[in-house]
Amino acid sequence: MGKHDFRYFFHEGLSNMFSHGFMSFAAIGITVACLLIMGTFTLVAVNANGLLQDLEQENEILAYVDETYSEAQAKALQRSLEEIPNVASATYISKTQAMADFEAQYPDEEILQDLDPEILEDRYAIKLVDLEQQKQTLQQVKEVTGIVDISAYEEIANGFITVRNVATVVCVALIAILFLVSVFIISNTIKLTTFDRREEIAIMRMVGATNGFIRWPFVYEGFMIGFLGAVISFLLQWALYEAVSRGVDANDALQLIKVIPFSKLWAPVAAVFAGAGILVGVGGSLSAIRKFLQV
Amino acid sequence: MIRLKDVEMEYENGTKAIQGISLTIEDGEFVFLVGPSGSGKSTIIKLLTGEVEPCGGRIMINGFSVSNISERQIPMMRRTLGVIFQDFRLIEKKTVYDNLAFVMRAVGANPKEIRKRIPYVLQLVDLENKANSFPTELSGGEQQRVAIARALVNNPTTIIADEPTGNLDPDRSLELMSLLVKINQLGTTVVVVTHEKDLVDRFGKRVVTIDAGHVINDSVGGYVGGRIHG
Repeated sequence: MGKHDFRYFFHEGLSNMFSHGFMSFAAIGITVACLLIMGTFTLVAVNANGLLQDLEQENEILAYVDETYSEAQAKALQRSLEEIPNVASATYISKTQAMADFEAQYPDEEILQDLDPEILEDRYAIKLVDLEQQKQTLQQVKEVTGIVDISAYEEIANGFITVRNVATVVCVALIAILFLVSVFIISNTIKLTTFDRREEIAIMRMVGATNGFIRWPFVYEGFMIGFLGAVISFLLQWALYEAVSRGVDANDALQLIKVIPFSKLWAPVAAVFAGAGILVGVGGSLSAIRKFLQV
Repeated sequence: MIRLKDVEMEYENGTKAIQGISLTIEDGEFVFLVGPSGSGKSTIIKLLTGEVEPCGGRIMINGFSVSNISERQIPMMRRTLGVIFQDFRLIEKKTVYDNLAFVMRAVGANPKEIRKRIPYVLQLVDLENKANSFPTELSGGEQQRVAIARALVNNPTTIIADEPTGNLDPDRSLELMSLLVKINQLGTTVVVVTHEKDLVDRFGKRVVTIDAGHVINDSVGGYVGGRIHG
């Protein structure tokens, strides 16, 4: 493609966009709406996943050490526990430390103060890499010689997994559906502009224009519609995210939710919006023009 | 040169539009293609421009074999032709200049070539003062002259005109046909499909008469054959 051709296609694409102002406005509006909905759901899912990862980190299982073991023997178990594949960390807690933690939890209950630590057992607080493998890991922990009992909140772990899985499936399904809807609507919108220009296309074919030459201005038009839609939706997404983020921060009832700052997310959001916008715009225009190039 | 040899054309609905036509048009010739409605004239135009493929026989146009032409070669073959339609088919939202520049662009001409060629062609059709007018601001005769300019602008070897005077009054029709003769005298082959007997007789050129998908007469001088219904 020569320099003149590039300028011509770009100029034609741009002037097509302006000469079909309402249709272009509609196509950009649809791109913005779809990207914004997709972006919002994705950002919610990203934040939910981050939150779930934090919660996963906080979920720990306790492995109790045989009370006949000395402190040195008990501490020696750490290596065996950390060698289990799904164990992220195993922290030794002596019975004295466990009692101190217990008393600290109930500072106002006199009856629970000054108890003999010997009534407790040395223990390990174990954190897992993947909660979904908790059952197998618990079995492996039990098999370590010196570990006599385990307490774990399997229901909480399963709850986390369910929430995360449902959020992921819903998000992926929504993105797929909205993506297809966007391509379909933009394709039809550009189809209307190509229909409006069918006479021009027929004349171009009649004088010997190649299919590529006819196609390029529409590709540029689709590219510009998609790119403009991506830019506008990125700015709107940014504003929306900041507003929701401020709202969550200011709400006392939502103190547990930590919203990921947009400064950490803007680059992938911009890249995905630009990519999706351009893909939808160019894909839509190619599918729209195909029919007019068959004769 | 245009050569049709035993060409057959049958549409999907079973209509046999062309039945074994053989015809040769030499470079630089001026030929009237005449015949009643439904005789097959329009199908011949469609065959010549590659809009439809023949069911049988062979068609050669300016060195291209239309019968077995590849999709990639069709645009190249069409660049050797300039087509003029009865309804002008100008783009209303483009000026006269832009209507011509648009078709030059479509075949890859650069801006310098376009700036040089368009004034020359507009002068040929006597419209040099209308370059910046829009088609809707022009009379029917002027619009058809723009259509001729558009057909000429890419310097084709052959002009095919499909009922070019169909929307014009007799004076404008005569003027337009004279213009086509002038273009022919400059070396371009011209094929005119028409049903205007008076006009055909007046110019004394080669006349090919088609009826029911057959060539029923091919002679120089005037219209032969009685059934003329447009």
